Amino acid sequence: MSPASANTRRLSSFFLKRRGRLADQLFKLITLLFALAIAGLVVLMIVEMARDSTLSFDKFGPSFIWREVWDPVREQFGALPFIYGSAVSSIIGLIIAVPVSIGVAVFLVEHAPRSLSTPISFLVQLLAAIPSVVYGLWGIFVLAPLLRDTVYPRIQSAFGFLPLFKGKPNGLGLMTAGIILSIMIMPIVTAVATDVMRAVSRTQPEAALALGATKWEATWIVIQNARSGITGAVILGLGRAIGETMAVTMVIGNRPQISASLFDPSYTIASAIANEFTEATTETYRHALVEMGLILFVITFVINAFARLLVWGVTRGEAKGAHA
Amino acid sequence: MHNYLKRRKILSSSMTLITGLFSVFAICALLLILGYIALTGARALNIGFLVNMPKPIGEPGGGIANAIVGTLILISIASVIGLPVGILGGLYLAEFGSNRFGTVLRFLIDTLTGVPSIIVGVFAWTVMVRPMGHFSALAGGVSLAIIMMPIVARTTEEMIRLVPQSMREAALALGAPVWRMSLGVVLRAAAGGVATGAMLAIARIAGETAPLLFTALSYNFMSTDLNQPIASLTYQIYYYAQSPYEEWHAMAWAATLVLVTMILAINISVKILTRQRYQ
Repeated sequence: MSPASANTRRLSSFFLKRRGRLADQLFKLITLLFALAIAGLVVLMIVEMARDSTLSFDKFGPSFIWREVWDPVREQFGALPFIYGSAVSSIIGLIIAVPVSIGVAVFLVEHAPRSLSTPISFLVQLLAAIPSVVYGLWGIFVLAPLLRDTVYPRIQSAFGFLPLFKGKPNGLGLMTAGIILSIMIMPIVTAVATDVMRAVSRTQPEAALALGATKWEATWIVIQNARSGITGAVILGLGRAIGETMAVTMVIGNRPQISASLFDPSYTIASAIANEFTEATTETYRHALVEMGLILFVITFVINAFARLLVWGVTRGEAKGAHA
Repeated sequence: MHNYLKRRKILSSSMTLITGLFSVFAICALLLILGYIALTGARALNIGFLVNMPKPIGEPGGGIANAIVGTLILISIASVIGLPVGILGGLYLAEFGSNRFGTVLRFLIDTLTGVPSIIVGVFAWTVMVRPMGHFSALAGGVSLAIIMMPIVARTTEEMIRLVPQSMREAALALGAPVWRMSLGVVLRAAAGGVATGAMLAIARIAGETAPLLFTALSYNFMSTDLNQPIASLTYQIYYYAQSPYEEWHAMAWAATLVLVTMILAINISVKILTRQRYQ
């Protein structure tokens, strides 16, 4: 905060208080109401969803989280297969996206001249502009057949002895969902990692260079200094991946099961809600779906809160790019 | 000793190469996806597709006119609700939010940005669709507005913070009340930036599907009734993609080409406009 702005704030508050203008007070109140309305939506969402999941919560209690059954006919519900699907597909997405994103961020910050880094980062950000349903369409008709016919058989012939790669892949499953997710979360991880690496001090890496360190050794210092912010970027990516709905729904196969093989169909919390919410014939069924939604909400809330604290720590509260 | 130095240098240049390759890889992913959409979509795209209504399977010449109109209506509803709320909320954060209370608000608003859009759909269903008793364009617009508000609020805040302090002080020194300083001087100075933020938010909600699944749903005919379900490009793409028919798949690609062209056009023009302003 510059001294000038502190000065202006003193001036504004002087006007607001001393002259006691009704119009000014009213202006502040109105804008406050709008800001509160947006922030209050978060609270309202939790309340509404909690109210709408009471039937399921009363019936199953906390065991809802680790029950494996999903039987709408006998009204038996448990979230475990969905939590598993959301977690595993997101982790696959992260494993692929994180090295690439950090690599791109390093390239943008350390290597590319400005004339190159601006267009590259714009193009990478365009990946985030492509709608989820379009990724889903591309996933069904381009990526899934490609993976099924050429990539998965090769993985199986090399690592087929592992339970992770058993079974006959039909293209739709955890692995395909994870690969789609990796492309979708790459832009946000790259953007935030770039921001935090730009925000850390240059003196240390430059001193290292002056002492004869190689470019990579100096870069490594930058990565070390920005590592809490980079962790934040990765966790933000995780939050995106867990909540991603359309693309995953279209390629994960939508079968509530826990299977060791990454080629098998699975189901996520978000895609279960997308597919079944309007078809939930009984109240308990709908409440079970909303309770899963509440679990998803809480998970993404905690993840985002944690990530933002980490990123803010590096960019010193300016929240640069944290909303990207 | 000499070998050690050599190894360090080789490591360093290979890391440069790897990070460069990763960047090429990311851009290739983008170009592959866009290229495929352009090639496949163009095959089914013609004027009739844009102006005709959907036809039953087997009948040629079906179009997506109702979905284009529906998407535009949904975006308009969302903008009418979301833009004023977002801009005024952002104004509060920038002008009065430099204290702990402002930080809490900012934090909650940022969190809302990260809430999965499907959750917003469920929420809109409980507060709009259930009380009204039926799906409606209005409910769809509200769910999109909820997604839009936090994005607009945060970009507005950032743009307003870029306005030089001297302008505020000049306005106050001339005797303007705080509200006139904020609205007439500061917000006007930041108007360009706020507008680009709004455009990006519109591009973002234009591609949303999940919040529409249980709010706007879809509709097979042309409709402008806000109280009835309404078609949208994204829902139509989802619906056609899930169908077993080849011709509907082709229509999904053509609709995708229309949607993606619209979204990329907004993104690219915003980029060009802002580059001219800040250089």
